Amino acid sequence: MRRRDFLRTTTGAASLLAAPRIGRAADSKVLRFVPQANLANLDPIWTTQYVVRNGSLLIWDTLFGVNDKLESQPQMVEAYEVTPDFKTWTFRLRPGLKFHDNEPVLAKDAVASINRWMPRDPTMGVPIKRQLDALDVVDDRTFRFRLKVSYPKLLFALGKSSTPVLFVMPERIAATDPFKQISDYVGSGPMRFKKDEWVPGSGAVFERFAGYEPRAEKANWLSGGKRMNFDRIEWKILPEAATAAGALQNGEVDWVETPYTDLVPMLKKSSGVVVDIADPLGNIGVFRVNHLYPPFNDVRARRAVQIALSQSDYMRAVVGDDEALWKELPGFFTPGTPLYTEQGGDYLKGPRKYDEAKKLLAEAGYKNEPIILLVATDVAITKAQGDVTADLLGKIGMNVQYTALDWGTVGQRRASKEPPDKGGWHIFHTWSAGADCANPAPYTGLDASGPTAWFGWPKSDEVQAKIAEWYAAPDLAAEKVIIGQLNQAAMDFVVYIPTGFFKAYQAWRSNLSGVVKAPFPVFWDVSKA
Amino acid sequence: MLAYFLRRVLATIPVVLMVALFVFSLLYIAPGDPAAIIAGDQASPEDVERIRASLGLDRPFVVRFAEWLWQVIHGDLGTSIFTNLSVAHMISQRIEPTVSLMALTLILSLSIAIPMGVIAAWKHGTLIDRVVMMVAVFGYSTPVFVVGYLLAYVFALQLDWLPVQGFTSITEGVVPFLRNLILPSVALGLIYMALIARITRATMLDVLSQDYVRTAKAKGVEQKGILFVHALKNAAVPIVTVVGIGFATLIGGAVVTESVFAIPGLGRLTVDAILRRDYPVIQGVVLLFSFTYVLVNLAVDLLYTVFDPRIRY
Repeated sequence: MRRRDFLRTTTGAASLLAAPRIGRAADSKVLRFVPQANLANLDPIWTTQYVVRNGSLLIWDTLFGVNDKLESQPQMVEAYEVTPDFKTWTFRLRPGLKFHDNEPVLAKDAVASINRWMPRDPTMGVPIKRQLDALDVVDDRTFRFRLKVSYPKLLFALGKSSTPVLFVMPERIAATDPFKQISDYVGSGPMRFKKDEWVPGSGAVFERFAGYEPRAEKANWLSGGKRMNFDRIEWKILPEAATAAGALQNGEVDWVETPYTDLVPMLKKSSGVVVDIADPLGNIGVFRVNHLYPPFNDVRARRAVQIALSQSDYMRAVVGDDEALWKELPGFFTPGTPLYTEQGGDYLKGPRKYDEAKKLLAEAGYKNEPIILLVATDVAITKAQGDVTADLLGKIGMNVQYTALDWGTVGQRRASKEPPDKGGWHIFHTWSAGADCANPAPYTGLDASGPTAWFGWPKSDEVQAKIAEWYAAPDLAAEKVIIGQLNQAAMDFVVYIPTGFFKAYQAWRSNLSGVVKAPFPVFWDVSKA
Repeated sequence: MLAYFLRRVLATIPVVLMVALFVFSLLYIAPGDPAAIIAGDQASPEDVERIRASLGLDRPFVVRFAEWLWQVIHGDLGTSIFTNLSVAHMISQRIEPTVSLMALTLILSLSIAIPMGVIAAWKHGTLIDRVVMMVAVFGYSTPVFVVGYLLAYVFALQLDWLPVQGFTSITEGVVPFLRNLILPSVALGLIYMALIARITRATMLDVLSQDYVRTAKAKGVEQKGILFVHALKNAAVPIVTVVGIGFATLIGGAVVTESVFAIPGLGRLTVDAILRRDYPVIQGVVLLFSFTYVLVNLAVDLLYTVFDPRIRY
């Protein structure tokens, strides 16, 4: 080949490659969204992963939907009646509701969906099932709960956004064993799932459902009229944070749900990119101890860690120095929500007390036994918390055995009730979504019922009594009093130790409008110029 | 030859079986529980146990292995625990991007590395030789993800020539196909190029010092003919061997490259499956990779006879 031919060929090829990107051919009816994780399945009852819940919010509708004041508002339900004793609840569905196969949504579908949801929701579904006298279909659009006891919080249960959410599925699908996965994704939500375009680990596509009738009200989180401005929503799974950020900067995607915190300063400087807080309810970091074995079966040992723990150390490790993203949290409930309280939170305030902590550990009989700290090193938040804890325990004279694992293994090992030196554990870290910590109903981590409590199995009759009182509270004022006492009791007993309150960013292209702050991505009312 | 080929193909069966047993055993003893991942953070131990039972994970090792083997023998790789899709279907969705990436990497690597190695040997001891070897050392010692991010930064974000991520099938056009794959192929191919360039140089140096090369020179054969017709053909056997061995490096590198450039291939499928403990998918993909590796090595053995007629099977 002559030199001139070579140059002609390579220049031609380079100019072809540099042609305008297909992905940039802006299509205002297509939204390209990067979710927080891979959408590996789509059964929101079978699994409780948030990414599955978020995809399901497009496909399936809910009886009630929560708004930004955390109030449960009628969604598929047109009207309801309740008896004064809060034992009998009757619900009527909106007319004209249709599934994606154009079959009408009937009361039998709602009842079957409730029956599948109840056994898989340990915080509200299981207690409701236990107290249920009957759940009947009255007519095609009406169904009725009859409960053995008064249950004023039923609307909250039917509309809660924490997983598993009560989605309404066709009866034939909802009849599936709740412990087995469905494979038919027909819903009545604003978008239908394109199963033929689903490549788990790569992408998923949702297409507008023409038969969806939004409510007349303006949308507010999961309530109101869910009006879609897109014909197609394409979820693109980009597991590498830098790749997702680059794709957003380059206009290859429109919206990244959770950009990596370290890359946010770069995104903020990028033209055409908007960055803002994603979820105003944020997250609460969790330091969970095993209450079954020494030294943490003694409240003095738990207290020792509590009074030495510096939340700012944890938060800086988790989200960095951006103070818009975190705050200290001397309480168990989500800041900014109606029941937030700091009553009893003094243990977590002020200078940390290392000497007093050492004294308490000695009183609790701690004699330098190894403390098994399970750290999921493949999850940035748990890794950061684990590193701070290893340092903290060293400071108060504990012998830490840092056990580096992946999250799947931590998930398995924390279920073990064996002694720590025989495959059990002393400490692990996780975090709870703030939306799940706004009141005791979905708050698994605060349950102190002993053997049936969450991992760590705390047992405190006082905490449990306060939770029961909250369920029966007649109004918000009464709830606030009880929650203050509950916070105090849980702090005194050290059910677990909050490591702080933190938020995350979301980022989107500036030609997108209508993106709101919420604990989940809200696609309705978003549009693209 | 045919008998040899059939013998070798049959010999792959026990190898693949051993790999299958090894992988199955490793997964069985490895900690982690897909049921706990499915059930979520708030699930009770009883719920986790019910899910485990519904997935059949509570049954003894021998029963599970025998059942899986029986399925595989009947051409069924099983069903993914998480997606509820058949493993064969998931592999079929992912095979095109991986094959495309590997093929382009192979073409790119061979067409650059072999001339580089030949020229370095020809210009042995000169600046050109040193530059070629420096590039080779750089390529061999720089991790794939570093090269990948650098390429994406320069060619996608700064120069705005190519996309940061994604894959487009060749059926949608050669240009979009190449636009998506060129950066990943270069990133993945760098280590492979370095390996082949070095072995080509070393082998060529040896061949070029042979008597028949001196004779060819004395007869007045031109340099190009000596290098690419006489010497290179005789140096081909070790080069082909390295290409075959390097295939394993390519598979390992594809896992990283597919993640960096968000290519929906088998590498990412494997990583996702391992992180979630999706046992049927892990087993299916590893089985496929090991089978492919054995076949590539068989192809290498057969290629020996093409380059060196003295070799007979």
